[in-house]
Amino acid sequence: MPVPEIAESFTGSVNRVTLGATKDGGGTRTSIVTVGGARNMVYGGSPNDAGEKPVIAMDVLDARPDDWPDALLEPYKDVLDSPGDWAKKCVEEYGAELICLKFEAIHPDKGDKDATHAVKVTEEVLKAVGVPLVLWSCGFDEKDNQVMPKVSGAAKGENCLIGTVTEDNYKSLTAIALADGHFLITEAPLDINIAKQVNILASDMGFPLERIVTFQSTGALGYGIEYAYSIQERQRQAALTGDKMMAMPAICDVGYESWRAKEAKLADAPGWGDAADRGPMWEAATAVCLLQAGVDIIRMRHPRAVAAVKGFIDQVCQKNNS
Amino acid sequence: MIIIAERINGMFTNVKQAIADKDKKVIQELARKQTEAGATYLDVNVGTAAADQAGTMQWLVETIQETCATPLSLDSQKPDVIAAGLKVINAENGVILNSTPLNKKTDEEIFDKYMEMADQAGPKACIITLTMDKNGVPQDVDTRVAIAADIISKAMEKGFDSQRLFVDPIILPVKVPNAQVQPGNILSAMDQIRYLSEPAPHMTIGLSNLSQGATERSLINRVFLAMGISRGLDSAIVDVLDEKLMNVLATAEMLMNKQIYSDSFLKVYASMNE
Repeated sequence: MPVPEIAESFTGSVNRVTLGATKDGGGTRTSIVTVGGARNMVYGGSPNDAGEKPVIAMDVLDARPDDWPDALLEPYKDVLDSPGDWAKKCVEEYGAELICLKFEAIHPDKGDKDATHAVKVTEEVLKAVGVPLVLWSCGFDEKDNQVMPKVSGAAKGENCLIGTVTEDNYKSLTAIALADGHFLITEAPLDINIAKQVNILASDMGFPLERIVTFQSTGALGYGIEYAYSIQERQRQAALTGDKMMAMPAICDVGYESWRAKEAKLADAPGWGDAADRGPMWEAATAVCLLQAGVDIIRMRHPRAVAAVKGFIDQVCQKNNS
Repeated sequence: MIIIAERINGMFTNVKQAIADKDKKVIQELARKQTEAGATYLDVNVGTAAADQAGTMQWLVETIQETCATPLSLDSQKPDVIAAGLKVINAENGVILNSTPLNKKTDEEIFDKYMEMADQAGPKACIITLTMDKNGVPQDVDTRVAIAADIISKAMEKGFDSQRLFVDPIILPVKVPNAQVQPGNILSAMDQIRYLSEPAPHMTIGLSNLSQGATERSLINRVFLAMGISRGLDSAIVDVLDEKLMNVLATAEMLMNKQIYSDSFLKVYASMNE
Protein backbone atom coordinates (compact mmCIF):
# COMPACT_ATOMS: atom_id res chain seq x y z
CA MET A 1 0.00 0.00 0.00
CA PRO A 2 1.44 3.38 -0.93
CA VAL A 3 2.18 5.81 1.85
CA PRO A 4 -0.05 8.86 1.40
CA GLU A 5 1.53 12.27 1.10
CA ILE A 6 0.56 14.07 4.28
CA ALA A 7 3.14 16.82 4.42
CA GLU A 8 1.50 20.00 5.59
CA SER A 9 2.75 23.46 4.95
CA PHE A 10 2.16 26.34 7.31
CA THR A 11 2.13 30.08 6.95
CA GLY A 12 3.84 30.91 10.24
CA SER A 13 7.09 29.95 11.90
CA VAL A 14 8.79 29.97 15.27
CA ASN A 15 10.84 33.12 15.82
CA ARG A 16 14.58 32.82 15.49
CA VAL A 17 16.46 34.05 18.53
CA THR A 18 20.22 34.57 18.76
CA LEU A 19 21.56 34.67 22.29
CA GLY A 20 24.89 36.11 23.34
CA ALA A 21 26.93 39.04 22.11
CA THR A 22 30.52 38.70 20.94
CA LYS A 23 32.98 41.54 20.83
CA ASP A 24 31.54 42.68 17.51
CA GLY A 25 28.08 42.76 19.08
CA GLY A 26 29.21 44.80 22.06
CA GLY A 27 29.63 41.90 24.50
CA THR A 28 32.34 39.53 25.65
CA ARG A 29 30.95 36.15 24.57
CA THR A 30 33.13 33.93 22.41
CA SER A 31 30.18 32.04 20.97
CA ILE A 32 26.54 32.73 20.22
CA VAL A 33 23.56 30.39 20.01
CA THR A 34 20.62 30.60 17.62
CA VAL A 35 17.41 28.69 18.28
CA GLY A 36 13.93 28.58 16.78
CA GLY A 37 13.01 29.08 13.17
CA ALA A 38 10.90 25.92 12.75
CA ARG A 39 8.31 26.06 9.99
CA ASN A 40 6.63 22.75 10.74
CA MET A 41 5.89 20.35 13.57
CA VAL A 42 8.85 18.42 14.93
CA TYR A 43 9.92 15.91 12.24
CA GLY A 44 7.11 17.22 10.02
CA GLY A 45 7.70 18.35 6.45
CA SER A 46 11.15 18.61 4.99
CA PRO A 47 14.33 18.88 7.10
CA ASN A 48 14.62 22.42 5.77
CA ASP A 49 11.55 23.31 7.81
CA ALA A 50 13.03 22.05 11.07
CA GLY A 51 14.73 25.31 12.00
CA GLU A 52 17.72 25.41 14.30
CA LYS A 53 18.88 22.47 16.36
CA PRO A 54 17.66 22.48 19.95
CA VAL A 55 20.35 23.26 22.53
CA ILE A 56 21.10 22.31 26.09
CA ALA A 57 21.64 24.90 28.80
CA MET A 58 23.48 23.30 31.70
CA ASP A 59 22.46 24.46 35.16
CA VAL A 60 24.93 26.18 37.46
CA LEU A 61 23.69 27.24 40.87
CA ASP A 62 24.82 30.40 42.63
CA ALA A 63 25.67 28.43 45.77
CA ARG A 64 26.35 24.82 46.79
CA PRO A 65 23.05 22.91 46.49
CA ASP A 66 21.92 21.31 49.73
CA ASP A 67 19.30 18.94 48.39
CA TRP A 68 20.93 17.26 45.42
CA PRO A 69 21.24 13.48 45.49
CA ASP A 70 24.75 11.99 45.50
CA ALA A 71 24.46 10.77 41.93
CA LEU A 72 24.03 14.36 40.78
CA LEU A 73 26.60 15.89 43.13
CA GLU A 74 29.33 13.46 42.15
CA PRO A 75 30.37 14.96 38.76
CA TYR A 76 30.55 18.46 40.23
CA LYS A 77 32.03 17.69 43.66
CA ASP A 78 35.15 19.80 43.12
CA VAL A 79 33.37 22.90 41.81
CA LEU A 80 30.18 23.19 43.84
CA ASP A 81 31.44 26.20 45.78
CA SER A 82 32.64 28.07 42.72
CA PRO A 83 30.00 28.91 40.13
CA GLY A 84 32.75 30.08 37.76
CA ASP A 85 34.62 26.78 37.86
CA TRP A 86 31.33 24.93 37.73
CA ALA A 87 30.31 26.73 34.56
CA LYS A 88 33.75 26.19 33.05
CA LYS A 89 33.53 22.47 33.72
CA CYS A 90 30.10 22.32 32.04
CA VAL A 91 31.40 24.08 28.94
CA GLU A 92 34.85 22.54 28.63
CA GLU A 93 34.18 18.98 29.77
CA TYR A 94 30.52 18.48 28.98
CA GLY A 95 30.11 20.67 25.94
CA ALA A 96 27.40 23.01 27.28
CA GLU A 97 26.34 25.51 24.60
CA LEU A 98 24.62 27.69 27.16
CA ILE A 99 24.97 28.07 30.91
CA CYS A 100 21.84 28.62 32.95
CA LEU A 101 22.79 30.43 36.11
CA LYS A 102 20.05 29.71 38.62
CA PHE A 103 19.89 32.11 41.55
CA GLU A 104 18.70 29.62 44.12
CA ALA A 105 20.43 31.08 47.16
CA ILE A 106 18.72 34.45 46.92
CA HIS A 107 15.44 32.80 47.96
CA PRO A 108 14.51 33.78 51.53
CA ASP A 109 14.23 30.10 52.49
CA LYS A 110 17.40 28.99 50.75
CA GLY A 111 20.05 31.42 51.95
CA ASP A 112 18.48 34.81 51.42
CA LYS A 113 21.62 36.11 49.72
CA ASP A 114 21.54 39.67 48.48
CA ALA A 115 22.04 41.41 45.15
CA THR A 116 25.77 41.91 45.80
CA HIS A 117 26.16 38.14 45.94
CA ALA A 118 24.14 37.66 42.76
CA VAL A 119 26.09 40.30 40.85
CA LYS A 120 29.39 38.80 41.97
CA VAL A 121 28.35 35.34 40.81
CA THR A 122 27.12 36.71 37.49
CA GLU A 123 30.43 38.47 36.87
CA GLU A 124 32.37 35.40 37.88
CA VAL A 125 30.50 33.16 35.46
CA LEU A 126 30.66 35.71 32.64
CA LYS A 127 34.41 35.80 33.10
CA ALA A 128 34.83 32.03 33.39
CA VAL A 129 33.01 31.01 30.21
CA GLY A 130 32.44 32.42 26.74
CA VAL A 131 29.04 30.85 26.02
CA PRO A 132 25.85 32.91 26.32
CA LEU A 133 24.10 32.88 29.68
CA VAL A 134 20.59 32.23 30.87
CA LEU A 135 19.92 34.09 34.11
CA TRP A 136 17.11 32.55 36.14
CA SER A 137 15.40 34.05 39.18
CA CYS A 138 14.49 32.17 42.38
CA GLY A 139 10.70 32.47 42.02
CA PHE A 140 10.08 34.55 45.15
CA ASP A 141 8.66 37.69 43.58
CA GLU A 142 9.70 40.29 46.11
CA LYS A 143 13.28 39.06 46.27
CA ASP A 144 13.52 38.61 42.52
CA ASN A 145 12.42 42.20 42.00
CA GLN A 146 15.21 43.38 44.28
CA VAL A 147 17.96 41.20 42.87
CA MET A 148 17.31 40.42 39.21
CA PRO A 149 17.47 44.02 37.95
CA LYS A 150 21.00 44.17 39.38
CA VAL A 151 21.88 40.88 37.75
CA SER A 152 20.56 42.21 34.47
CA GLY A 153 22.71 45.31 34.80
CA ALA A 154 25.80 43.26 35.59
CA ALA A 155 25.37 41.39 32.30
CA LYS A 156 24.34 44.39 30.24
CA GLY A 157 25.27 44.11 26.58
CA GLU A 158 25.80 40.33 26.74
CA ASN A 159 22.41 39.47 25.15
CA CYS A 160 21.54 37.09 27.92
CA LEU A 161 18.25 35.27 28.29
CA ILE A 162 16.82 36.51 31.56
CA GLY A 163 13.72 35.52 33.50
CA THR A 164 11.30 34.62 34.52
CA VAL A 165 8.38 37.00 34.39
CA THR A 166 4.86 35.86 35.23
CA GLU A 167 1.36 37.24 34.80
CA ASP A 168 1.49 38.61 38.36
CA ASN A 169 5.07 39.83 38.36
CA TYR A 170 6.45 41.06 35.08
CA LYS A 171 6.90 44.80 35.16
CA SER A 172 10.25 45.42 36.79
CA LEU A 173 12.21 42.64 35.11
CA THR A 174 10.63 43.29 31.71
CA ALA A 175 11.58 46.95 31.90
CA ILE A 176 15.15 46.31 32.97
CA ALA A 177 15.70 43.47 30.49
CA LEU A 178 14.55 45.82 27.75
CA ALA A 179 16.89 48.56 28.93
CA ASP A 180 19.85 46.19 29.19
CA GLY A 181 19.25 44.57 25.81
CA HIS A 182 18.53 41.06 27.07
CA PHE A 183 16.06 38.42 25.94
CA LEU A 184 13.16 37.66 28.25
CA ILE A 185 11.64 34.42 29.55
CA THR A 186 7.87 34.54 30.10
CA GLU A 187 6.57 31.89 32.46
CA ALA A 188 3.15 30.28 32.75
CA PRO A 189 1.95 27.47 35.03
CA LEU A 190 1.17 24.86 32.35
CA ASP A 191 -1.65 27.07 31.11
CA ILE A 192 -1.65 28.10 27.46
CA ASN A 193 -4.08 30.99 28.02
CA ILE A 194 -1.91 32.53 30.68
CA ALA A 195 1.18 31.90 28.55
CA LYS A 196 -0.33 34.00 25.80
CA GLN A 197 -1.41 36.67 28.25
CA VAL A 198 2.07 37.08 29.74
CA ASN A 199 3.48 37.55 26.27
CA ILE A 200 0.87 40.20 25.57
CA LEU A 201 1.62 41.96 28.85
CA ALA A 202 5.35 42.04 28.14
CA SER A 203 4.65 43.20 24.60
CA ASP A 204 2.39 45.97 25.92
CA MET A 205 5.37 47.28 27.84
CA GLY A 206 7.22 47.61 24.57
CA PHE A 207 9.22 44.42 24.86
CA PRO A 208 9.71 43.03 21.33
CA LEU A 209 8.00 39.68 20.80
CA GLU A 210 11.03 38.55 18.81
CA ARG A 211 13.14 38.75 21.98
CA ILE A 212 10.92 36.52 24.12
CA VAL A 213 11.38 32.84 24.94
CA THR A 214 8.50 31.05 26.66
CA PHE A 215 8.66 28.79 29.68
CA GLN A 216 5.44 26.82 30.02
CA SER A 217 6.64 25.04 33.17
CA THR A 218 7.87 21.50 32.94
CA GLY A 219 6.68 18.18 34.24
CA ALA A 220 9.11 15.26 34.38
CA LEU A 221 8.51 11.77 33.12
CA GLY A 222 5.85 10.31 35.40
CA TYR A 223 5.10 13.71 36.90
CA GLY A 224 2.89 15.45 34.42
CA ILE A 225 5.07 15.34 31.32
CA GLU A 226 1.97 14.85 29.21
CA TYR A 227 0.67 18.29 30.19
CA ALA A 228 3.96 19.92 29.26
CA TYR A 229 4.08 17.90 26.05
CA SER A 230 0.64 18.89 24.83
CA ILE A 231 1.17 22.55 25.71
CA GLN A 232 4.45 22.65 23.80
CA GLU A 233 2.71 21.03 20.86
CA ARG A 234 -0.13 23.54 21.02
CA GLN A 235 2.32 26.41 21.18
CA ARG A 236 4.10 25.14 18.08
CA GLN A 237 0.80 24.74 16.21
CA ALA A 238 -0.21 28.27 17.15
CA ALA A 239 3.14 29.62 15.94
CA LEU A 240 2.81 27.78 12.64
CA THR A 241 -0.68 29.08 12.02
CA GLY A 242 0.44 32.65 12.49
CA ASP A 243 -0.26 33.50 16.13
CA LYS A 244 2.44 36.06 16.75
CA MET A 245 1.78 36.05 20.47
CA MET A 246 2.75 32.38 20.59
CA ALA A 247 5.56 32.25 18.02
CA MET A 248 8.43 32.24 20.50
CA PRO A 249 11.00 29.51 20.98
CA ALA A 250 10.45 27.49 24.15
CA ILE A 251 12.68 26.64 27.08
CA CYS A 252 12.00 23.88 29.60
CA ASP A 253 13.51 22.92 32.92
CA VAL A 254 14.24 19.23 32.66
CA GLY A 255 17.14 19.06 35.13
CA TYR A 256 15.33 20.31 38.19
CA GLU A 257 12.06 18.52 37.46
CA SER A 258 13.64 15.15 36.65
CA TRP A 259 15.76 15.07 39.77
CA ARG A 260 12.73 15.76 41.95
CA ALA A 261 11.28 12.42 40.87
CA LYS A 262 11.81 9.68 43.41
CA GLU A 263 12.70 7.31 40.60
CA ALA A 264 15.67 9.56 39.85
CA LYS A 265 16.90 10.43 43.30
CA LEU A 266 16.08 7.56 45.63
CA ALA A 267 19.33 5.74 46.35
CA ASP A 268 17.94 2.84 48.31
CA ALA A 269 15.62 1.09 45.88
CA PRO A 270 17.24 -2.21 44.90
CA GLY A 271 14.45 -3.26 42.57
CA TRP A 272 14.85 -0.14 40.42
CA GLY A 273 18.42 -0.66 39.34
CA ASP A 274 21.59 1.26 40.07
CA ALA A 275 20.91 4.77 41.38
CA ALA A 276 23.89 6.09 39.45
CA ASP A 277 22.17 5.18 36.17
CA ARG A 278 18.58 5.81 37.08
CA GLY A 279 18.77 9.58 37.53
CA PRO A 280 20.59 10.36 34.29
CA MET A 281 18.23 8.02 32.42
CA TRP A 282 15.19 9.73 33.90
CA GLU A 283 16.55 13.11 32.96
CA ALA A 284 17.50 12.06 29.42
CA ALA A 285 14.14 10.38 28.80
CA THR A 286 12.29 13.49 29.94
CA ALA A 287 14.40 15.70 27.70
CA VAL A 288 14.03 13.53 24.61
CA CYS A 289 10.29 13.35 25.07
CA LEU A 290 9.93 17.14 25.31
CA LEU A 291 12.22 17.66 22.32
CA GLN A 292 9.67 15.80 20.26
CA ALA A 293 6.94 18.18 21.38
CA GLY A 294 8.90 21.15 20.06
CA VAL A 295 11.22 22.59 22.72
CA ASP A 296 14.20 24.71 21.70
CA ILE A 297 16.29 25.08 24.86
CA ILE A 298 16.49 22.43 27.57
CA ARG A 299 17.90 23.09 31.00
CA MET A 300 19.74 19.99 32.18
CA ARG A 301 21.97 18.87 35.03
CA HIS A 302 23.69 15.48 34.81
CA PRO A 303 26.56 15.24 32.31
CA ARG A 304 25.62 11.71 31.28
CA ALA A 305 22.07 12.78 30.55
CA VAL A 306 23.44 15.75 28.62
CA ALA A 307 25.70 13.48 26.57
CA ALA A 308 22.82 11.14 25.76
CA VAL A 309 20.52 13.97 24.70
CA LYS A 310 23.22 15.67 22.63
CA GLY A 311 23.71 12.35 20.86
CA PHE A 312 20.00 12.14 20.20
CA ILE A 313 19.88 15.67 18.83
CA ASP A 314 22.84 15.07 16.54
CA GLN A 315 21.32 11.90 15.16
CA VAL A 316 17.83 13.16 14.64
CA CYS A 317 17.94 16.86 13.94
CA GLN A 318 19.45 17.96 10.69
CA LYS A 319 20.73 21.47 10.56
CA ASN A 320 18.88 23.41 7.91
CA ASN A 321 20.49 25.75 5.47
CA SER A 322 18.10 28.64 5.49
CA MET B 1 -9.40 35.08 9.57
CA ILE B 2 -8.37 36.59 6.27
CA ILE B 3 -9.89 40.04 6.49
CA ILE B 4 -10.44 42.03 3.32
CA ALA B 5 -11.16 45.67 4.07
CA GLU B 6 -13.89 47.17 1.89
CA ARG B 7 -13.63 50.93 2.21
CA ILE B 8 -11.52 51.80 -0.83
CA ASN B 9 -14.46 51.55 -3.18
CA GLY B 10 -15.68 54.14 -5.65
CA MET B 11 -19.23 53.52 -4.42
CA PHE B 12 -18.38 55.52 -1.29
CA THR B 13 -18.83 59.24 -1.75
CA ASN B 14 -15.49 60.30 -0.30
CA VAL B 15 -13.59 57.77 -2.41
CA LYS B 16 -15.52 58.75 -5.51
CA GLN B 17 -14.64 62.38 -4.86
CA ALA B 18 -10.99 61.54 -4.20
CA ILE B 19 -10.81 59.67 -7.49
CA ALA B 20 -12.36 62.62 -9.32
CA ASP B 21 -9.94 65.07 -7.69
CA LYS B 22 -6.93 62.71 -7.82
CA ASP B 23 -6.63 63.36 -4.10
CA LYS B 24 -4.12 60.81 -2.87
CA LYS B 25 -4.41 61.70 0.81
CA VAL B 26 -7.95 60.37 1.25
CA ILE B 27 -6.99 57.02 -0.27
CA GLN B 28 -3.73 56.71 1.64
CA GLU B 29 -5.45 57.60 4.89
CA LEU B 30 -8.05 54.88 4.31
CA ALA B 31 -5.27 52.40 3.56
CA ARG B 32 -3.48 53.26 6.79
CA LYS B 33 -6.59 53.23 8.98
CA GLN B 34 -7.84 49.95 7.61
CA THR B 35 -4.42 48.36 8.00
CA GLU B 36 -4.23 49.47 11.61
CA ALA B 37 -7.72 48.10 12.22
CA GLY B 38 -6.57 44.63 11.21
CA ALA B 39 -6.99 44.30 7.44
CA THR B 40 -5.14 41.37 5.88
CA TYR B 41 -5.93 42.72 2.41
CA LEU B 42 -7.26 46.06 1.20
CA ASP B 43 -9.99 45.76 -1.37
CA VAL B 44 -9.65 48.19 -4.27
CA ASN B 45 -12.80 48.82 -6.25
CA VAL B 46 -13.09 51.59 -8.82
CA GLY B 47 -16.87 51.51 -8.63
CA THR B 48 -18.71 53.88 -10.90
CA ALA B 49 -16.42 56.78 -10.10
CA ALA B 50 -14.64 57.06 -13.41
CA ALA B 51 -15.11 56.30 -17.06
CA ASP B 52 -11.56 54.99 -17.36
CA GLN B 53 -11.79 52.05 -14.99
CA ALA B 54 -8.43 50.52 -15.89
CA GLY B 55 -6.59 53.81 -15.48
CA THR B 56 -8.34 54.51 -12.19
CA MET B 57 -7.48 51.06 -10.89
CA GLN B 58 -3.82 51.75 -11.69
CA TRP B 59 -3.94 55.12 -10.00
CA LEU B 60 -5.51 53.60 -6.86
CA VAL B 61 -2.98 50.77 -6.69
CA GLU B 62 -0.04 53.13 -7.12
CA THR B 63 -1.44 55.63 -4.65
CA ILE B 64 -1.96 53.00 -1.96
CA GLN B 65 1.39 51.32 -2.49
CA GLU B 66 3.26 54.60 -2.17
CA THR B 67 2.58 54.54 1.57
CA CYS B 68 1.23 51.10 2.49
CA ALA B 69 2.56 47.55 2.11
CA THR B 70 -0.68 45.72 2.95
CA PRO B 71 -1.51 43.36 0.08
CA LEU B 72 -4.40 44.36 -2.15
CA SER B 73 -7.56 42.72 -3.40
CA LEU B 74 -8.24 44.03 -6.89
CA ASP B 75 -12.01 44.12 -7.12
CA SER B 76 -13.53 44.03 -10.56
CA GLN B 77 -15.59 41.68 -12.69
CA LYS B 78 -13.70 42.90 -15.74
CA PRO B 79 -10.49 41.03 -16.54
CA ASP B 80 -8.94 44.06 -18.24
CA VAL B 81 -9.41 46.22 -15.13
CA ILE B 82 -7.74 43.53 -12.99
CA ALA B 83 -4.96 43.19 -15.58
CA ALA B 84 -4.38 46.93 -15.50
CA GLY B 85 -4.01 46.85 -11.71
CA LEU B 86 -1.66 43.89 -11.90
CA LYS B 87 0.59 45.77 -14.30
CA VAL B 88 1.56 48.30 -11.66
CA ILE B 89 1.17 46.31 -8.48
CA ASN B 90 3.83 45.00 -6.12
CA ALA B 91 2.38 41.58 -5.39
CA GLU B 92 5.31 40.32 -3.35
CA ASN B 93 3.14 39.97 -0.25
CA GLY B 94 0.24 38.58 -2.23
CA VAL B 95 -2.76 39.85 -4.11
CA ILE B 96 -6.36 38.71 -4.53
CA LEU B 97 -8.14 38.82 -7.85
CA ASN B 98 -11.68 39.64 -6.77
CA SER B 99 -13.75 38.22 -8.41
CA THR B 100 -14.91 35.99 -11.23
CA PRO B 101 -17.92 33.76 -11.73
CA LEU B 102 -17.37 30.17 -12.86
CA ASN B 103 -18.37 31.28 -16.33
CA LYS B 104 -20.71 33.66 -18.04
CA LYS B 105 -22.65 33.82 -21.27
CA THR B 106 -20.39 36.39 -22.84
CA ASP B 107 -17.19 34.77 -21.59
CA GLU B 108 -17.12 31.03 -20.96
CA GLU B 109 -13.43 31.14 -20.07
CA ILE B 110 -13.42 34.00 -17.60
CA PHE B 111 -12.35 31.88 -14.61
CA ASP B 112 -9.44 30.51 -16.69
CA LYS B 113 -8.37 34.05 -17.48
CA TYR B 114 -8.32 34.93 -13.79
CA MET B 115 -6.27 31.83 -13.01
CA GLU B 116 -3.77 32.74 -15.73
CA MET B 117 -3.50 36.29 -14.43
CA ALA B 118 -3.04 35.00 -10.88
CA ASP B 119 -0.28 32.64 -11.95
CA GLN B 120 1.51 35.47 -13.69
CA ALA B 121 1.11 37.72 -10.67
CA GLY B 122 3.12 35.40 -8.45
CA PRO B 123 2.97 32.35 -6.22
CA LYS B 124 0.91 34.07 -3.53
CA ALA B 125 -1.76 35.47 -5.82
CA CYS B 126 -5.27 34.27 -4.94
CA ILE B 127 -8.65 34.35 -6.64
CA ILE B 128 -12.15 34.85 -5.29
CA THR B 129 -14.57 32.84 -7.38
CA LEU B 130 -18.29 33.39 -7.03
CA THR B 131 -20.75 30.50 -6.99
CA MET B 132 -22.35 31.99 -10.06
CA ASP B 133 -22.42 30.87 -13.66
CA LYS B 134 -23.94 31.82 -16.96
CA ASN B 135 -27.40 31.29 -15.49
CA GLY B 136 -26.78 33.96 -12.88
CA VAL B 137 -26.78 33.82 -9.10
CA PRO B 138 -28.36 30.60 -7.82
CA GLN B 139 -31.10 30.92 -5.26
CA ASP B 140 -30.97 27.45 -3.78
CA VAL B 141 -28.42 25.51 -1.78
CA ASP B 142 -27.76 22.67 -4.21
CA THR B 143 -26.89 24.82 -7.21
CA ARG B 144 -24.49 26.87 -5.10
CA VAL B 145 -22.74 23.72 -3.94
CA ALA B 146 -22.71 22.27 -7.47
CA ILE B 147 -21.07 25.41 -8.85
CA ALA B 148 -18.57 25.43 -5.98
CA ALA B 149 -17.69 21.83 -6.85
CA ASP B 150 -17.17 22.83 -10.49
CA ILE B 151 -14.97 25.72 -9.41
CA ILE B 152 -12.80 23.49 -7.28
CA SER B 153 -12.48 20.73 -9.85
CA LYS B 154 -11.67 23.23 -12.59
CA ALA B 155 -8.94 24.74 -10.41
CA MET B 156 -7.56 21.26 -9.73
CA GLU B 157 -7.57 20.45 -13.44
CA LYS B 158 -5.48 23.53 -14.08
CA GLY B 159 -3.16 22.73 -11.20
CA PHE B 160 -4.24 25.82 -9.34
CA ASP B 161 -3.52 25.35 -5.61
CA SER B 162 -6.78 25.13 -3.65
CA GLN B 163 -5.21 27.23 -0.91
CA ARG B 164 -5.08 30.14 -3.36
CA LEU B 165 -8.77 29.82 -4.12
CA PHE B 166 -11.58 31.55 -2.23
CA VAL B 167 -15.15 30.41 -2.90
CA ASP B 168 -17.74 33.16 -2.41
CA PRO B 169 -21.31 31.79 -2.09
CA ILE B 170 -22.67 35.32 -2.71
CA ILE B 171 -24.66 36.94 0.01
CA LEU B 172 -27.65 38.99 -1.14
CA PRO B 173 -29.39 41.81 0.70
CA VAL B 174 -31.80 40.45 3.28
CA LYS B 175 -34.12 43.39 2.69
CA VAL B 176 -35.33 42.25 -0.69
CA PRO B 177 -38.70 40.60 -1.22
CA ASN B 178 -38.46 36.84 -0.68
CA ALA B 179 -34.71 37.01 0.00
CA GLN B 180 -34.89 36.22 3.67
CA VAL B 181 -34.32 32.56 3.01
CA GLN B 182 -30.91 33.32 1.48
CA PRO B 183 -28.73 33.76 4.60
CA GLY B 184 -29.85 30.34 5.80
CA ASN B 185 -29.21 28.87 2.35
CA ILE B 186 -25.73 30.27 2.34
CA LEU B 187 -24.94 28.71 5.68
CA SER B 188 -26.23 25.36 4.46
CA ALA B 189 -24.14 25.70 1.32
CA MET B 190 -21.05 26.48 3.38
CA ASP B 191 -21.63 23.32 5.39
CA GLN B 192 -21.17 21.34 2.19
CA ILE B 193 -18.61 23.47 0.39
CA ARG B 194 -16.08 23.04 3.15
CA TYR B 195 -15.98 19.29 2.49
CA LEU B 196 -15.35 19.66 -1.23
CA SER B 197 -11.60 19.62 -0.84
CA GLU B 198 -8.97 18.67 1.69
CA PRO B 199 -7.82 21.01 3.09
CA ALA B 200 -11.10 22.90 2.82
CA PRO B 201 -11.21 25.74 0.30
CA HIS B 202 -11.15 29.24 1.70
CA MET B 203 -14.63 30.72 1.87
CA THR B 204 -15.34 34.42 1.79
CA ILE B 205 -18.37 36.69 1.56
CA GLY B 206 -19.01 40.33 0.84
CA LEU B 207 -20.60 40.77 4.23
CA SER B 208 -21.92 44.33 3.99
CA ASN B 209 -24.08 43.39 1.02
CA LEU B 210 -26.30 41.45 3.43
CA SER B 211 -27.52 44.55 5.22
CA GLN B 212 -27.79 46.78 2.15
CA GLY B 213 -30.71 49.16 2.67
CA ALA B 214 -31.63 47.72 6.05
CA THR B 215 -31.62 49.32 9.47
CA GLU B 216 -29.20 48.03 12.12
CA ARG B 217 -26.65 47.30 9.43
CA SER B 218 -23.72 46.69 11.76
CA LEU B 219 -25.76 44.36 13.97
CA ILE B 220 -26.99 42.31 11.02
CA ASN B 221 -23.49 42.10 9.61
CA ARG B 222 -21.81 40.99 12.78
CA VAL B 223 -24.41 38.41 13.76
CA PHE B 224 -24.17 36.79 10.35
CA LEU B 225 -20.39 36.94 10.46
CA ALA B 226 -20.41 34.92 13.69
CA MET B 227 -22.84 32.42 12.14
CA GLY B 228 -20.62 32.10 9.08
CA ILE B 229 -17.46 31.58 11.11
CA SER B 230 -19.21 28.73 12.88
CA ARG B 231 -19.70 27.08 9.46
CA GLY B 232 -16.13 27.39 8.29
CA LEU B 233 -16.08 30.89 6.85
CA ASP B 234 -12.42 31.89 7.10
CA SER B 235 -12.44 35.17 5.21
CA ALA B 236 -14.79 38.09 4.62
CA ILE B 237 -14.88 41.43 2.90
CA VAL B 238 -15.90 43.71 5.74
CA ASP B 239 -15.83 47.19 7.19
CA VAL B 240 -12.75 46.79 9.40
CA LEU B 241 -13.39 50.23 10.84
CA ASP B 242 -16.52 48.83 12.53
CA GLU B 243 -15.01 48.04 15.91
CA LYS B 244 -18.00 46.07 17.17
CA LEU B 245 -17.84 43.89 14.10
CA MET B 246 -14.13 43.27 14.59
CA ASN B 247 -14.75 42.32 18.21
CA VAL B 248 -17.36 39.78 17.13
CA LEU B 249 -14.92 38.43 14.59
CA ALA B 250 -12.19 37.99 17.21
CA THR B 251 -14.60 36.40 19.67
CA ALA B 252 -16.13 34.00 17.16
CA GLU B 253 -12.68 32.87 16.03
CA MET B 254 -11.65 32.34 19.63
CA LEU B 255 -14.82 30.37 20.37
CA MET B 256 -14.14 28.18 17.33
CA ASN B 257 -10.66 27.52 18.76
CA LYS B 258 -8.93 29.28 15.87
CA GLN B 259 -7.09 31.50 18.33
CA ILE B 260 -5.79 30.63 21.75
CA TYR B 261 -7.77 32.43 24.43
CA SER B 262 -6.02 35.06 26.52
CA ASP B 263 -7.54 37.72 28.74
CA SER B 264 -6.51 40.33 26.19
CA PHE B 265 -7.89 38.41 23.21
CA LEU B 266 -9.85 41.36 21.84
CA LYS B 267 -7.03 43.81 22.07
CA VAL B 268 -4.52 41.51 20.54
CA TYR B 269 -6.56 40.45 17.54
CA ALA B 270 -5.86 43.38 15.27
CA SER B 271 -2.14 43.31 15.92
CA MET B 272 -2.02 39.63 14.99
CA ASN B 273 -3.17 40.35 11.49
CA GLU B 274 -0.54 42.94 10.82
